[in-house]
Amino acid sequence: MRVTNMSEAIRFHFDVDGENFSSAGEASVMVKKKLRQLGFSPDVMRRVSIAMYEGEINMVIHAHGGTADVIVGEDAIEIILADKGPGIPDINKAMQEGFSTASDNIRALGFGAGMGLPNMKKYTDYMQIDTEIGVGTTITMRVNY
Amino acid sequence: MYEIQSLLHAELLCGEEYLQNEVYSACCSDMMSDVLAYVKDQGVLLTGLINPQVIRTASMMDMICVVFVRDKAPTEEMVELARECGIVVMCSPMRAYEACGHLYYSGLRGNAGDKHV
Ligand SMILES: Nc1ncnc2c1ncn2[C@@H]1O[C@H](COP(=O)(O)OP(=O)(O)O)[C@@H](O)[C@H]1O
Ligand SMILES: [Mg+2]
Repeated sequence: MRVTNMSEAIRFHFDVDGENFSSAGEASVMVKKKLRQLGFSPDVMRRVSIAMYEGEINMVIHAHGGTADVIVGEDAIEIILADKGPGIPDINKAMQEGFSTASDNIRALGFGAGMGLPNMKKYTDYMQIDTEIGVGTTITMRVNY
Repeated sequence: MYEIQSLLHAELLCGEEYLQNEVYSACCSDMMSDVLAYVKDQGVLLTGLINPQVIRTASMMDMICVVFVRDKAPTEEMVELARECGIVVMCSPMRAYEACGHLYYSGLRGNAGDKHV
């Protein structure tokens, strides 16, 4: 983890390992701890945690890992998840509750119910998906506080 | 949570210092995706799934206790993670259905009600 402390914002950077499922979610646990130290309310922490965790897991199970950046701004927490995975062919479909391309292997690990993206949308105030087939996906989310 | 431990004949793996805290509701699932999507304020997670994401999911959801059923043993790494997150971990020989039945019958409901264990 790299922490940058500029005058206007605190920034956390993580590399999310896509080869090792057992570490999936580590960055989100770390961010929650940092937000608690910074004194954020349980509600804000919970929303950031769930959205980031779902996105982090997605990067591991669908996109061979990537990077996660969290920027604590003046009135919002921004989460940027970037990967060089396969991209999302149909965003509208992917956003539907229950839609999942996860394999049975993934489901045996407890994930792949197709609720991740809808959940990320639900718990954040802003969410944008930039994706290109064969190039990767970047998801930007914001939770206002 | 003492009562949960005794009702489920569970072995305590970590979090003894939190055992006196009370919980008001619980949920049971092997799908962490469902826990993330449907759980509201349940304090206890019963599961038969073994991986670090169980602990991380519980932590993300502000849950304070994880019970592994069917005598499934979490790894030392998972217990260490739970310690860091301040989560109580127990291991029960009961099956999920049985364990839930015992807790439900003792007043621990699926959503935050007024009874507690
Ligand atoms: N980072 C990603 N890269 C490629 N595909 C993704 C990514 N995130 C999500 N997807 C696609 O969108 C679908 C829905 O995602 P989600 O709602 O999180 O459900 P789940 O992860 O349970 O499959 C996934 O099954 C996958 O096909
Ligand atoms: Mg997902």
